Amino acid sequence: MPTLTSEPTPLSAAAFDRDDPRLRLVEQTLKRFQYRPDALIEVLHVAQETFGFLGDELLTHLAARLQLPESQVFGVATFYHAFVLRPPGKHRCIVCTGTACHVKGADVMVKALEEHFGIQAGQTSADGQLTLGTARCLGICSLAPLLMVDNRVLGHQSLDGIAARVAAALTDSDHSGESTP
Amino acid sequence: MTAEELLEKAEQLRQRQQATALRLLLCCSSPCLSCGAGAVKAALAAAAADCEPSIAIEVAATGCLGPCSRGPLLCLQRPGEADVVFERVTPDDARAIFAAALAGLLPDAQRLPADLPFLAGQTRIVLENCGRIDPENIEHALAAGGYAALARALSDFTPAQVCDQVLQSGLRGRGGGGYPTGLKWQLLHKARGDRKFVVANGDEGDPGAYMDRALMESDPHRIIEGMAIAGYATGASQGYVYVRGEYPLAARRIRKAIRDAERLGLLGMRILDSPFSFRIDLRLGAGAFVCGEETALMASIMGRRGQPVPRPPYPAERGLWGAPTVINNVETFGNIPPILRDGPERLAALGTGKSRGTKIFALCGDVVENGLIEVPMGTSLREVVYRIGGGLAGDVAFKAAQTGGPSGGCIPAEHLDISLDYETLRELGSIMGSGGLIIMGERTCMVDVARYFMEFCMDESCGKCSPCRAGTVQMYRLLDRICNGSARERDLKHLEQLCRLLPEASLCGLGLAAANPVLSTLSWFRDEYLEHIRAHRCPAGTCRMSELPPIMMADELLQRIAAGRLNGEAF
Repeated sequence: MPTLTSEPTPLSAAAFDRDDPRLRLVEQTLKRFQYRPDALIEVLHVAQETFGFLGDELLTHLAARLQLPESQVFGVATFYHAFVLRPPGKHRCIVCTGTACHVKGADVMVKALEEHFGIQAGQTSADGQLTLGTARCLGICSLAPLLMVDNRVLGHQSLDGIAARVAAALTDSDHSGESTP
Repeated sequence: MTAEELLEKAEQLRQRQQATALRLLLCCSSPCLSCGAGAVKAALAAAAADCEPSIAIEVAATGCLGPCSRGPLLCLQRPGEADVVFERVTPDDARAIFAAALAGLLPDAQRLPADLPFLAGQTRIVLENCGRIDPENIEHALAAGGYAALARALSDFTPAQVCDQVLQSGLRGRGGGGYPTGLKWQLLHKARGDRKFVVANGDEGDPGAYMDRALMESDPHRIIEGMAIAGYATGASQGYVYVRGEYPLAARRIRKAIRDAERLGLLGMRILDSPFSFRIDLRLGAGAFVCGEETALMASIMGRRGQPVPRPPYPAERGLWGAPTVINNVETFGNIPPILRDGPERLAALGTGKSRGTKIFALCGDVVENGLIEVPMGTSLREVVYRIGGGLAGDVAFKAAQTGGPSGGCIPAEHLDISLDYETLRELGSIMGSGGLIIMGERTCMVDVARYFMEFCMDESCGKCSPCRAGTVQMYRLLDRICNGSARERDLKHLEQLCRLLPEASLCGLGLAAANPVLSTLSWFRDEYLEHIRAHRCPAGTCRMSELPPIMMADELLQRIAAGRLNGEAF
């Protein structure tokens, strides 16, 4: 389960505004599900895809639209790993820690990356450039051990020099303009 | 569209495919896409566009061909010839293969031998169309016989007869539980109520298992067909496919398949011009392992936190929104169309004892051939590892095979000859599970494996019942202590106590089975645990053993004090 932090979710005023054009996409989804409360998870998926993360005000807004108690919306948003409540970094690097990857040294890879970038798995660097994460299993076990940099899968990684390769891949996606939405 | 029109259309499409001079089928499922299949596809499409329009050429992006570690895989089909598969194809290779094939040649380089044990050793029934059809093109599915079983069920059988057929085939739930599917359907068929639901569980959470992903990505129409047949047999008119949130490609392909099937009248109102109506909606998971448990999954479909509730009442009595519901794994639904099409005898003839039919395994870990395999139940583990899997990679000896993910256990080398079926695996303290099969060589530490799975269960525990919520944390701490060297022998006793407590007191499958990896490794590899504790060393060389147990710490302190005194240092 995701742990709750005591600090409030940082949410700049610019990130949420009732006339935000991005809200239209969310509104369309709400309409498609006829504002039924059981569509909550689907709506949260769309909202996160559109906004990048689920801020407090966005959750409050969705609760009102679906006529659900805020506690329930917050409860669902914090229960599922896929939902993030704080802004992610510009890029993300996700190390798969499935069983096949684990027996091939995924934990060593995570430690190396944590040391190199100076952040723990699950954290975002101070400059907002990179979110380092782990995934339970990406289901691509035949390429173990593997990691994802933005939307690119790097398979069959060796443990030596992994940090340098990830840094290079990050620069690559900087140039190609690819980044996590 | 009526049933006759469907069969006619399928025949036309088949003939068109057979008349195509050259068909290039490129695997575009997640592993091959990760190896660069996208660029290969673009190269092939460009090459085909440059060709003379008079030659009938088809380039298609298909689903999984199987030997995923050799990707990207390209399959070449020509009329009257056996299919040829090429491995590790780059865009340049693809262009060369294409040019050679046009000239009527067959390049030898990168060709997979037709008798490769990995392919020849399999019996593909559920996966028969995977890698042979474009999952985003319903015409391919129709040409391969898709929806013919649904047509047959609607025209030739009553709902009760469909349940009987499934029961006769001996099909059991492929998600791990192994409950007879026919019985489950009969229960729902007999349940009273206006509203009933059919749910396909595609929330494949076990780390190291990807059969469901491959099936959903490669042949989504088969799952939809299986669900529609289930709807007919049980009297349900609404189905849900619950797809794991980490599988966006699978979700996209299933969404498209549902839309395409609706357009042809194979889903929706009055299917194939019969009075039967059935619609399917997709629900995307959001990364909670516990949602694979059926009551938690239902909570998630209803938009709530995925926390389980005690059973009974079982979903067949009270499921989604209180209405009777049947939940099957997507692989189970994949088994349904062949039963209706070929009769239940075909499935019943395969397998052993009470486990009939085939099972898909995701074979990975320290084996030469990684990938997806479908073998008859009862195939021996040795056959899977050494013949199909090609033995262990990198000169290591076989140590154990892990099945069933965090709810399963390990099978040691002395039981390599066991048959892979529900009962035998259970006797050995493991489970069939969803089908992850991870082969571990001698350099894998079994205590570390147990700790890994316990960490997984600890993180994924939903927190509703305390044996699971607190028990997994305590077990993880004990295992971590053994791995870092600070454990004492009485920790092992505590660990065993918890191993007995969790299965007795937990609410749902997650907690009930969380101790299995520990129990299993303790029974087969107890020496390794003791070596960690007594000799303070990890035989496999995985654990760092950086800490000391309290008693040894005192000893060391005394030694250091003594040494300090000898050297004249102030301590």
